[in-house]
This record gives sequence, structure tokens and C-alpha cells, in this order.
Amino acid sequence: MSRHSFLESTIQGFTRAVSKALQADHAASQPGLLQRLDPRVRVIGILTLVVSVVICRRLAAIAAILLVAIAIAVAARVSLASLAKRVWLVVLGFTAVIALPALFITPGEPLFTAPVLHLSISVQGVRTAVLLVLRVETAATLTTVLVLSTAWTHILKALRSLHLPAEVVTMLAMTHRYVFLLIETANQMFESRKSRTVGVLSGSGRRKTTARTAGVLLSKSIELSQEVYLAMLSRGFRGEVRLLTDFRLKPRDYVGLTAFLFTGCLAVWMGR
Amino acid sequence: MASTFEVQNISFSYEAIPAIRGLTLHVGEGDRVALLGANGSGKSTLLRILDALYFPSAGTVTFKGEALTEKHLQQEEFALNFRRRVALVFPNPDVQLFNPTVFDEVAYGPLQMQWSKEDVIRRVEETIEFMSISHLKDRPPYRLSGGEKKRVALASVLVLDPEVLLLDEPTATLDPKSQSQVVDLIQQWKGTARTVITATHQLEIVEDIADRVFVLEAGAVIAEGTPSEILSNTDLLLRANLIHAHRHSHGGVVHSHPHLHGHSRHEHEH
Repeated sequence: MSRHSFLESTIQGFTRAVSKALQADHAASQPGLLQRLDPRVRVIGILTLVVSVVICRRLAAIAAILLVAIAIAVAARVSLASLAKRVWLVVLGFTAVIALPALFITPGEPLFTAPVLHLSISVQGVRTAVLLVLRVETAATLTTVLVLSTAWTHILKALRSLHLPAEVVTMLAMTHRYVFLLIETANQMFESRKSRTVGVLSGSGRRKTTARTAGVLLSKSIELSQEVYLAMLSRGFRGEVRLLTDFRLKPRDYVGLTAFLFTGCLAVWMGR
Repeated sequence: MASTFEVQNISFSYEAIPAIRGLTLHVGEGDRVALLGANGSGKSTLLRILDALYFPSAGTVTFKGEALTEKHLQQEEFALNFRRRVALVFPNPDVQLFNPTVFDEVAYGPLQMQWSKEDVIRRVEETIEFMSISHLKDRPPYRLSGGEKKRVALASVLVLDPEVLLLDEPTATLDPKSQSQVVDLIQQWKGTARTVITATHQLEIVEDIADRVFVLEAGAVIAEGTPSEILSNTDLLLRANLIHAHRHSHGGVVHSHPHLHGHSRHEHEH
């Protein structure tokens, strides 16, 4: 990929990612085991597991929750290849950068010392870095499985029925609704700029153009979010999520909720 | 004729930029009204004020005798009643279509009105059938063509069977066939109790969609009349930037004359 096309490629990548995210509602309609549970049970269950991952201090306990998350993904008919590409590799890339310094700055028993730089990697440093990466990977896997197995509108309604303030739910609804439009606008702005650019811009020229574009995009995003909100208001939106689907707890939902809570508590007890 | 909207001397600004200045107009029940004006003349802002999305900084707006104020719109009963009776179709259908499928999109309004599930499903089925979009009902709206999006946007407000339809540039960016479908739809409402207010700068559709025309310039009404009165007033159309002087040459002699876009053919003396 050339440096010249980096920004355009990034924006196009975002467009594809958001487009796929919007298609997640299709995945949510698959007849998976998780999809058979009430959306409120899914939200509470997955959040319980995420909280237990954050509390756990032992690698084995977090690894066990990751295995549970993978099992849930399989049961929800979420493709593991897609999880690996969209979650595991991306999260690994981001968290590895953050975890890397921990290898060297965490004091403890030296595991390896670089011959010239005299930098030591400690056993405790490796443990801290692996703990961080594993925690983020597990939490990201759990939330991705929830989002892919549950229609976004159902997640919003579940959050609202769990007494999350209407303002927060409105904010989430708005974000989901206009992010695609925003990315499309960014894409068009870059294409328009490209069509009016003769030759190759210098590094500073590219930076200036990008900064200007980002500024205009910010203004447009405010305008766009306001338009979407007005369109919702115009059709009677008053902060409540209303759907054709009614949420009703069935015996299997109680079984599912118990299983989630038991797994979360067990993991916390094992990982204390 | 009973009044639908009474707008008295209203003003509105976007921060420091005035968009509406001392505007007054009356729209009666069953009126088909066109708001004509160039870009920035205040048409869209006026429609949003009539839909109680914006509130004027001065002056008053009433709907069927009731004042449209922020305080009134905060009352759930009044707000839901008003939203059911008055519907706005935005110029950019993308901002109006935000549900996972076309069916969900059309069902969004009735669900906000808290109708029973059976009524919502029945009404949505009827509306998508009427708008000839049954084949699109399971598709995500953002994947549709411009014409299809517009039809879905119209269906999403018609499902509530509103008494007043506010249409902001309903035919802009549409291909000729989609344009004529939208115009045909507005023509169907002629003679009914439904009030239709259309903001446009496309002169060629005015006679088909309206019986009364208000011409706007710089946020104020500068003329009012029947479509034929307004469209025959060349000086007025030139002043409102709805037509322009077209300069061209014949045998080396350059001259100019008013030029109306949208009319496929015109003749003039040389």
C-alpha cells in the first residue's frame, strides 16, 4: 500500500467494517443456541462474564473464560474465522503495543537480557503482558459474540429494560444510526479531494489536507447527528426503544441466566 | 376554510445567521401548497418549524388553533398526537432511514405511537403494498437506490395516515420515472382533506403538486398566488433566483432572455 493511498484505504476499510457491522443483524437472525435466549439474559450473562474477566487475577481462570466465550460463539453460529480476523488479530495488535513496555519495566526475576542494550525481560513482566492481552481478547470476544448474535435494536431495548437511562440508550442508538453515513461522507470527501489533486502531495501537504478534512468532517458529523435525531423526533421518538418483538422470559432463559452467573462466579473464585 | 397552520411574523436564526425574518402565512385544511425559493431562502427551515422540530425566536405558529411551543411538545399526549397528524419527509432519505429492514423502518412511527402490535403489522403491510415496495420489505434501507429510498421514506410517514404532509424537495436527485411517481402520488391527494406543503425549486412540477404557491426570498414571503400567476411572473422568478438570464448568440449577436430549466423546449423572438 502506498503512503499516498493510506488514508483513503483506511477510510474504505472503515466503510467495509461498518457495513459488516450493520449486517450483523443478519447474523443475529441465525438459529443459534444463544439467539434462543431472551436478549436481556444475553446482555446480563455476557456482562457478568466480562466483569469476571476484569476481576480475575489468574491466567488459567481468564483462559477458561476465553474457552467458554469460544464455546458460546460456536453455539451462536458465529464464524471463528471471522472472530479471528475481526477481533483476535486486531486486539492483539493494539494491546501488544500497550503491553510491550510491561515486559521490561515490571521488576522481578530476569528471564532474558538483551546482550547490547542490557534490557531485561522479567518473568513477572511476561505474566503482566500476557494477562493484559488475554483479558482484552476475552472481553472483546464476549462482546463481539453478543453484538453478532443479537439485533442492535434488541440490545438497546434490553439495556433500557435494565434501567439504563434513556439518554444513554438514545446516544447509543444515534451512534449506530449515523456512523455509516459519516464514514460514507468521509469517503466522498477523500474521493472529491483526490479528483481535484494534480500530482503527488508532499508529506506536509498531506498532513494539512488531512487536518482540514478532519475539521470539516467533525462539523459535518454534528450536523448529521442533528439531522438523524430530528428525523427520529419527527416520527414520534421520545427516548424509549419500541419494537414489534416482546421480551418474555421462558424456562430456558432462567437456565441460561443461572449458567452465566454460575460460570462468572466460578471464574472469579478460581481467579482470586 | 378551517385553518391548519397560522404562522404570524416568525423569525428564526442559526446562531447569528438569520434564516426566517418576519414570515407570515396561512395554510387551510386540504390545501396543496408549494413553497418556492432558491437555496438558502428558508424553505427547509420553515418546514421544520411547521413540524415543531425548530421553534421560532419571535412570532407564533399554531396548528389547528393550538400553539406549537417547546412546552407543548414536551407533553407526551400533545406530542404524540401532533406527530401522528403531521409528517415531514426529509430531503436526504439517508437521515430518515435508520432501521435494519424496510419493514422495521415503516413500523417505526406506529410503534412510537404505541399502537397495538396487530395494528402496526396490518398498517405496515397495507402501506408497503400501496407504495409498491413489498418486494423490498426485508432489505436494509441503506442498500436501496435513491428512488427506492424516497419511496420507503414516504411510506415511513404515510403509514401514520397523517393529516398534513410536509415534503422537503421530494423529487430532488430522483430520475425522471421516480420523479413522476412522486408527483403522481401527490396528485392523488387532490380534493382530499389531506394538507400537503411541498418545498421545491423545481418549477416544472409546481402546477401538478400545488394549488397555491408562496415564493420565499431571504427568509420572507415575497409573493403568493396560484401556480399560473406565479409562473407567469418572470420578474418575480428572476428576483427569487428561480430562473436566470440565459445569454447566447445568433449570427454574432449576443442577447439574453429568461430561461426556465426543466421545460424541455422554449421559443423566443429574435
